[in-house]
Amino acid sequence: MDFGNILSLALGEIVTPTTAAYALAALGLAVHFGYSGLLNFGQAGFMAVGAYGFAISTLTFKVPFVVGLLIALLSAVIFGLLLGVPTLRLRADYLAIVTIAAAEIIRYIVTTNTLFRITGSADGLSTFQREFDSFNPFPPGTYIFGWSNRDFYVRVVSWLVVILCAVIVWLLMRSPWGRVLKGIREDENAVRSLGKNVYAYKMQALVIGGILGALAGLLFTLPRGSVQPANYATELTFFLWTVLLLGGMSTVLGPIVGAMIFWVVLSLTQNLLAGLIESGAITFLSIVQAGQLRFILVGIALMLLMIFRPQGVFGNKKELAFA
Amino acid sequence: MSGTNGQNPDNIDYMTDTRAIAVGENLPGCKKRDPIVVADNVTRNFGGISAVDVEHLEIPRHKITALIGPNGAGKTTLFNLLTGFDTPNSGSWTFEGNNIAGVSSYKVARMGMVRTFQLTKVMGKLTVMENMRLGAANQPGERLSKALFKNIWGGREREITKHADVLLEKFKLDTKKDDYAASLSGGQRKLLEMARSLMVRPKLVMLDEPMAGVNPALTQSLLDHIKNLKAEGMTVLFVEHDMNMVRHIADWVVVMAEGRIVAEGPPAEVMKDPAVIDAYLGAHHDVDLGDAEGIRELEAELEADEESIVGTEDAGIIAPEAIEARLEEEEGK
Amino acid sequence: MGAFFAALVAALLLAAPAAQATTPSPSPSPAQQGFQNNISGFLRDDARAPIPGVRISVKGNNFEGSATSGANGAWTIPVPAKGTYTVELDTSTLPEGIKLADGQQNPRDVSFSQTSNLSVIFAFGKGIVVQGQDFGQNLLNRLVAGVSFGMLLALASVGLSLIFGTTGLTNFAHGEMVTIGALGVFAFNAWGLPVWLAITLALVAGAAFGYVQDAGLWRPLRRRGTGLVPMMIVSIGLALAARYVFQFFFGGDTQQLPGSQVTDVQLGPISISPNTLWSLLIAAVVIAALGLLLLKTRLGKATRAVADNPALAAASGIDVDRVIRIVWVVGGFLAALGGILWAYYRPGVTWDMGTQILLAIFAGVTLGGLGTVFGALVGSLVVGIFIELTSLVLPPDLKYVGALVVMIVVLLFRPQGILGRRERVG
Repeated sequence: MDFGNILSLALGEIVTPTTAAYALAALGLAVHFGYSGLLNFGQAGFMAVGAYGFAISTLTFKVPFVVGLLIALLSAVIFGLLLGVPTLRLRADYLAIVTIAAAEIIRYIVTTNTLFRITGSADGLSTFQREFDSFNPFPPGTYIFGWSNRDFYVRVVSWLVVILCAVIVWLLMRSPWGRVLKGIREDENAVRSLGKNVYAYKMQALVIGGILGALAGLLFTLPRGSVQPANYATELTFFLWTVLLLGGMSTVLGPIVGAMIFWVVLSLTQNLLAGLIESGAITFLSIVQAGQLRFILVGIALMLLMIFRPQGVFGNKKELAFA
Repeated sequence: MSGTNGQNPDNIDYMTDTRAIAVGENLPGCKKRDPIVVADNVTRNFGGISAVDVEHLEIPRHKITALIGPNGAGKTTLFNLLTGFDTPNSGSWTFEGNNIAGVSSYKVARMGMVRTFQLTKVMGKLTVMENMRLGAANQPGERLSKALFKNIWGGREREITKHADVLLEKFKLDTKKDDYAASLSGGQRKLLEMARSLMVRPKLVMLDEPMAGVNPALTQSLLDHIKNLKAEGMTVLFVEHDMNMVRHIADWVVVMAEGRIVAEGPPAEVMKDPAVIDAYLGAHHDVDLGDAEGIRELEAELEADEESIVGTEDAGIIAPEAIEARLEEEEGK
Repeated sequence: MGAFFAALVAALLLAAPAAQATTPSPSPSPAQQGFQNNISGFLRDDARAPIPGVRISVKGNNFEGSATSGANGAWTIPVPAKGTYTVELDTSTLPEGIKLADGQQNPRDVSFSQTSNLSVIFAFGKGIVVQGQDFGQNLLNRLVAGVSFGMLLALASVGLSLIFGTTGLTNFAHGEMVTIGALGVFAFNAWGLPVWLAITLALVAGAAFGYVQDAGLWRPLRRRGTGLVPMMIVSIGLALAARYVFQFFFGGDTQQLPGSQVTDVQLGPISISPNTLWSLLIAAVVIAALGLLLLKTRLGKATRAVADNPALAAASGIDVDRVIRIVWVVGGFLAALGGILWAYYRPGVTWDMGTQILLAIFAGVTLGGLGTVFGALVGSLVVGIFIELTSLVLPPDLKYVGALVVMIVVLLFRPQGILGRRERVG
């Protein structure tokens, strides 16, 4: 068993585009839940809307990259508005149920065979990343950690997007606009009594977090050049919640650090278990079961975090919406 | 802000204004010389039970009006209806001549009709100063389109902060301004909520049980603050159980029972009104006032208490004579 | 007509195990294996049953290839390059009584777009049976199936609704409480226990899961004064953990409970699986019994009192914790029963079967009005019938979409649900 290799694989997870995508999607959840108190259990749906919005407009309508990007974001805005209208005036758990239902509706629709020509059904879509790749400014060669120029390019782009979004969210949350959101998180009636249009603020927060989710969907799919519906099931949303709770939900850095911890730990446990099984030290597990064991641990971690450390690893308990 | 700001063209000192409040007799639902709120036929039912059924009500401008009544009389429900936090089954009402029935609560607040809540609503996880800033109006930075640009909203933010500093000092919360509001005592939270509602320079302040759960040491300061609101040209409407407070600061009292308005008038007058005694005794079957000896014991105790109004001319409905008269009347039936 | 339907079902039943045993697509000849691009499709008749053994050929780009549809109706022909090909279905290999639908081009020219897979759809069967009769019959069958499905959904939703009513918790782990019933029967039966004992033990396991959840997790959290929103998130963690525990022990395959593969019976005009009928009967009896319990017994009254106002109930001498514990046990039992019935209804047992209907359960509860027991029953029936009826017009892989859309639309116009009281909405 090569511990050095296992460790370097795990550390490599810190900067993968997938980690960046998780960080960005969890940042969207932070805008929803951490700052505004909105229970979005359908972030996977926003990611799918972004990914498919881009892939379909690129493949079926042959639009250029920028237009595809705009369509993806616009789809997320519309999706957010559709979800917000029936639920934002109701109790918090209605939004939870409706968002999870809407995310599943999206997944069913992109999976159905009926729309195979457009969505590729269960196989998904691929080869929509060519124009994105053509923007790669780095000449072929080997870059730090032995990455190819494309590996390097997608990492740079992913993390630039994450940093840019994090800065914007940070600026928004320290503005008076963010203050109103935090007020709503604690007591929306009080904010209403101060003359603020709570409904409009919640809608704005839902849409902004959704846009971050859609961007995350792009970061998730562009580097690998394919999108499959199976990746956008409810589990994805639940992993994002774990990421959010790991890092701390009312901070900007929390979701980013949370995503890094999440993937490093997943990679470490997978490779350690696999190594132990291959070397014969563990005989009661199969490799497949080892993978499942990790997700059992994710579920347990989510419960324990919520119960014992809801402010996350770095969050400030005093600024937490509930305790 | 003072009593001689722009809102006071007649240059009247509202503290010593003794002109009659009502037009004509002080009857339930009577017309006022200068009403700020006028409500008509406001009803609200909960599962067949009528919680509020107000035929006509006018709130006098530049006065402190107390809304009293036994538990379940519909006071808070009426508050919620007038401020748009609840939807009535029927009715219409105006604020400064504008029809605001069916208008969203936040729009009502923007028009200058600001309320507090029976269970204090401060944002515990925001600092005292952030709570105050949240109360301010006309902050362009509260618009999403401008939130990113501090140069647009920074100036207004400084004005707001200055205003908040003045109010916090007035309410003796200036030393706490960087603390999380969750660390304040119950009374301080009431003060903060009231101070926050003043950030918008409202025309009508509606306080829902401002004294509930407040440490007696803070009571006097709260009373002074409410009187100051009037001095500064605001109108106050408050719900209260504490008769002592009503007697001390209210210019006008509206009594509700079982959803209806049963009496109106200046405090001293209302507290001797048989309808009010009815309302209170009718609602307090659990208080054993049938026993004459019990009443005298209680009376002796209360007379010894300086804070109590028993034994003074203000005793009103809880004066032993009033209760005895009421008991005799009941026996006579 | 009946014979036609029976034949279809027989074909389905024959095809199902075969589909599991062999790879879905017929193995291409060695020369074709290296190709990246595929032309493929599914052959299904108008009742959406697969049509096996049909030969399809492809010509074009200096290439010729052919394939025969597999047991599940799937066919795939790998081709060397993207481009335009002529696809032809050999109509002589079609089973008797099945024809290409009117207007279906054969042979036809198809061309690749961006994807490496090109699907060709052939539609069959129009005009073989008289359309009107078929539709009416189908409608009736679907209606009965929908009521049965709705009743088993109701078993799960009533439990969810009772838990919500008494504790305020929206339990996202309720799907796993459904799974445990079906998995339990399979596991106990696999150990060699007779079916009746396996079912009994699975129901006990479901009730025990409810009890353990309350005693080990939810009651301590209530004691700590944990808010409802954090508890909801905890329930998500629990759902995730439980789901993968099931997969850990059970694996990812679909298994069948004993006696789940039966032929339909003909009841007057209705053609229905006896299991569906039994399921309907059992669910109806259990729900009626539960209704009586809630309305007539002391415990039922106490439960309703707690749901109405826990503080008041506690003040009037009701042991709120005990009531909630019983509600969890009953909820676990009902969910497990619903899961077992569902395993026979689908038919099949999988590790994530509860998750698949969790949203249908939520839809039922929300439609009926959160927290009202009889609302949950009515809402679930509506959802069950709706899901089955929409499968007349929607493709089967969109079966659940209709119900979810309806739930969202109902929330728009009547957020308190069908039977909910307006005041309950926050």
